[in-house]
Amino acid sequence: MSTTTAGAPPAAVPPAARVETPFRRFVSEFAASRLALFGLVLFCIIVLVAVLAPWIAPQNPYDLAQLDIMDGRLEPGSVGGSGITYWLGTDDQGRDMLSGIMYGLRISLTVGAGSAILACLVGASLGMLAAYAGGRTDSLIMRLVDLQLSFPAILAALMILAFLGKGILNVVIALVVVEWAYYARTVRGSALVERRREYIEAAQCLALPTHRIIFRHLLPNCLPPLIVVGTMQVARAIALEATLSFLGLGVPITEPSLGLLIANGYEYMLSGKYWISFYPGIALLVTIVSINLVGDQLRDVLNPRLKK
Amino acid sequence: MSAVPASAAPGAPTLEVRNLRTHFLTRAGVVKAVDDVSFTVRSGKVLGLVGESGSGKSVTGFSILGLVDPPGRIVGGQILFKGQDLATLSEEAMRKLRGNRIAMIFQDPMMTLNPVLRIDTQMIETVLAHARVSREEARQRARDALGQVGIASPDERLRSYPHQFSGGMRQRVAIAIALLHKPDVIVADEPTTALDVTIQGQILAEAQKLCAQTGTALVWITHDLSVVAGLADDIAVMYAGKVVENGPVEQVLDAPLHPYTLGLIGSVPSRNRRGEPLRQIPGMTPSMLNLPAGCAFRARCPRAEARCAEPPPFAEYRPGRFARCIHPHEEAVAA
Amino acid sequence: MSAVLEAPRAAAQGSVPIIELRGVSKRFSNPLDFAGRLVKRLGVKVREDVVHAVDGVDLSVRKGEVVGLVGESGCGKSTLGRMVAGIMPPSDGQVVWRGQDLTKLSGADAKRAKLRTQMIFQDPYASLNPRLKVAEIVGEAPQYHGLVPRGGLEAYVDDQLRRAGLDPSLKRRYPHQFSGGQRQRIGIARALAVQPDFLVCDEAVAALDVSIQAQILNLFMKLRRELDLTYLFISHDLGVVEHLSDRVVIMYLGRVVEEAPSEEVFARPNHPYTRALLAEVPRIEARKRVFAGVQGEIPSPLNPPSGCHFHPRCPFAFDRCRAERPALKQVAPGHRSACHLNDAA
Repeated sequence: MSTTTAGAPPAAVPPAARVETPFRRFVSEFAASRLALFGLVLFCIIVLVAVLAPWIAPQNPYDLAQLDIMDGRLEPGSVGGSGITYWLGTDDQGRDMLSGIMYGLRISLTVGAGSAILACLVGASLGMLAAYAGGRTDSLIMRLVDLQLSFPAILAALMILAFLGKGILNVVIALVVVEWAYYARTVRGSALVERRREYIEAAQCLALPTHRIIFRHLLPNCLPPLIVVGTMQVARAIALEATLSFLGLGVPITEPSLGLLIANGYEYMLSGKYWISFYPGIALLVTIVSINLVGDQLRDVLNPRLKK
Repeated sequence: MSAVPASAAPGAPTLEVRNLRTHFLTRAGVVKAVDDVSFTVRSGKVLGLVGESGSGKSVTGFSILGLVDPPGRIVGGQILFKGQDLATLSEEAMRKLRGNRIAMIFQDPMMTLNPVLRIDTQMIETVLAHARVSREEARQRARDALGQVGIASPDERLRSYPHQFSGGMRQRVAIAIALLHKPDVIVADEPTTALDVTIQGQILAEAQKLCAQTGTALVWITHDLSVVAGLADDIAVMYAGKVVENGPVEQVLDAPLHPYTLGLIGSVPSRNRRGEPLRQIPGMTPSMLNLPAGCAFRARCPRAEARCAEPPPFAEYRPGRFARCIHPHEEAVAA
Repeated sequence: MSAVLEAPRAAAQGSVPIIELRGVSKRFSNPLDFAGRLVKRLGVKVREDVVHAVDGVDLSVRKGEVVGLVGESGCGKSTLGRMVAGIMPPSDGQVVWRGQDLTKLSGADAKRAKLRTQMIFQDPYASLNPRLKVAEIVGEAPQYHGLVPRGGLEAYVDDQLRRAGLDPSLKRRYPHQFSGGQRQRIGIARALAVQPDFLVCDEAVAALDVSIQAQILNLFMKLRRELDLTYLFISHDLGVVEHLSDRVVIMYLGRVVEEAPSEEVFARPNHPYTRALLAEVPRIEARKRVFAGVQGEIPSPLNPPSGCHFHPRCPFAFDRCRAERPALKQVAPGHRSACHLNDAA
């Protein structure tokens, strides 16, 4: 007696009999977004290009012997004196931009990921300590976090670099110092929530030792928000590093990251030689966007509040 | 298609649901959350719609109010409100009825209340949404409604924010909002489940008074048979999206026809069988994605037989007593 | 020290209670933060919020007994349960386990005492670690505490699961793959795996559907017979408590207002709160009854009424109730009640 008829799809297929682990469920939920999958593929390609740069780049931009000053500031698509085609043009020293970007990505990604991992370790440990110890320790750590977060990151990084001097390691240190607070706050927040859950009480009831409760029960359940923050912070670190290098305080001139490449071409922007800054800029943009696409989907999948 | 309960008493029912089907078209398949549900409610009477989680009782309530969101939709049946079919009504026409002639009370009163607005703002706006009256008159109506649900000093309460009330008080305010337009039908979805026993008693008392005084027809959705026993006139028991039994409350509870109803009654701890094992229903609720053909209860039913693989009809076994079972119980439950 | 209660079934058993609470209190305070302390020093009146979740409770549970602990939200019954289970220390008073003060036990003794008392939790979704497989959830503690020989863990876990009514072949699955009732069975298997003799059940069936609730209640009763378990059964549901318990303790706003053997409480409730509670419980036997409702709200535990906490809602309250806290006094053998009316009579 239906008044309307539904275009009913065929009956549901029973789920496969294999064990559904939390990880598998996570993967299938992540893959539900095409855009995020696209971001992930893009990011993987970028990483691959950066890792393989020495083998696939047309030129080694650090090897002065391969450079020809006569090829300086050539337009994209020009053929140089040695017969090599510069698909993205050259900079003022005759460096192939494509190769420069590939090598620059290496530096940018290393600095970004390295600082994010270090900051995560430092921040997560301090955050977990704050949540579990409570009291004065908690207050001390969290006031430090507040102080850190209320200070403009770029300014703090500039001050640290002015003090420490240039260099990749120093940039990483500066980035860790300005970023650990995000991780600490995230971990403390989720640890405080998880700590009150009944499975932690159950573990206490079972007389399991504190370190086991923290590392086996508490920490794994605090990881999801940490992964989300971590992903976003890698993108932030890359952008911050580019900014620092652009301002001339980041990586040394001998190891140009994307930011430094942009800075090099900046003065030629108005004279029509756009490609020296433009293509490294695009590479930076695509890298950050791809990471953020992945991060957004991770946040949607891992955020318990968006689920029932 | 199954039979429709005929009106036994004179006078048209206020709300009549006939063979309602609300399905959810999900990625994993079609969830037949409500699949052939029929019942009637008359003016001033209470129908207890009883079922366990996932039985489709709440979706039935949302369907009546036209509040089913995609991917769910009503795919069949009729919801006759004073003879008008709500299932085919336009969204615009439905909005005019909702909150006006038909109202809903939720388990969580904060579904109705806006946490950042004062009670008076919310109530006056609700009045003005459906009635052409002055602001002052709207405030008067709000005050009356609060008084009606037993809230002392309503003028003072009107100026408060929802967070300043206790859980029981909030539920009263939500009920007062539902009452503003003196609706003909109220659908209450587990309104006392989150409340303490003594507060639940207060709310049930208000609900009883309300039906008797205003002639509102009440659909009381709950998992708690004991509440229905005390409150309702009629009862409809749902299992896996279908009404498996309905009839007057005394008859259904004293002499259930369907084995599921019998099992449910046996599961309730009762003072007469202290310390004895409860008459539990074995197994668990089937997944709504993969319902077996035929009677959905047969995997848990002690009386199941080969014939149960055929869909049982919803048939009238005794006057006014319907059940969806081919071999209903005959004897009364020894209470 | 609390008077020993003569519960009929318990009296036949051993004389030392399995657990005894003596004047136990639990206060939760929200200490002022730095800013709060600063403005206080500057002379602004800021108050530290102190909640007396449990306020001077005496309670003893004997071996083999099922004690039902009943009360509405905010009455402190869950806090009390956690103190009994040893996962929350009391602010005042003693928790005595088989004659020994739990807070004074150390090392191996404390661990053994803790393991002998286990807890079953309310929320079957929050009480299992979502990142561990069922076998790990159940097997972790017995393995860690060396309760099973090396290599015997698999079989041991299977036994625990089977005893709780679960198919051991599902032990490689994760909690989210189970229904609420099955999860509760996993929680029970986890508790039983460390061989306790006393279970504290905190609203253990409140989140379950009626038909599943009946299964779990039957399981509790079966386990009681098979393993000679003692229970503290905490619930807001009087029907459930009445069905299971030998003795019932009723709490209101952190205090015990009445305690008596089950039959006695339900047949002859003494305290006005108990009577009101019993009158309001919906019962399946009571058809088309008239509900009345106890007047008034449950007061906030942050700011409880003076004297007897129930006086603002009590129809019989008189001056003394507003001023003086009533003591828990015997009104019949094994039946104690905290009401000034009993003195007047």
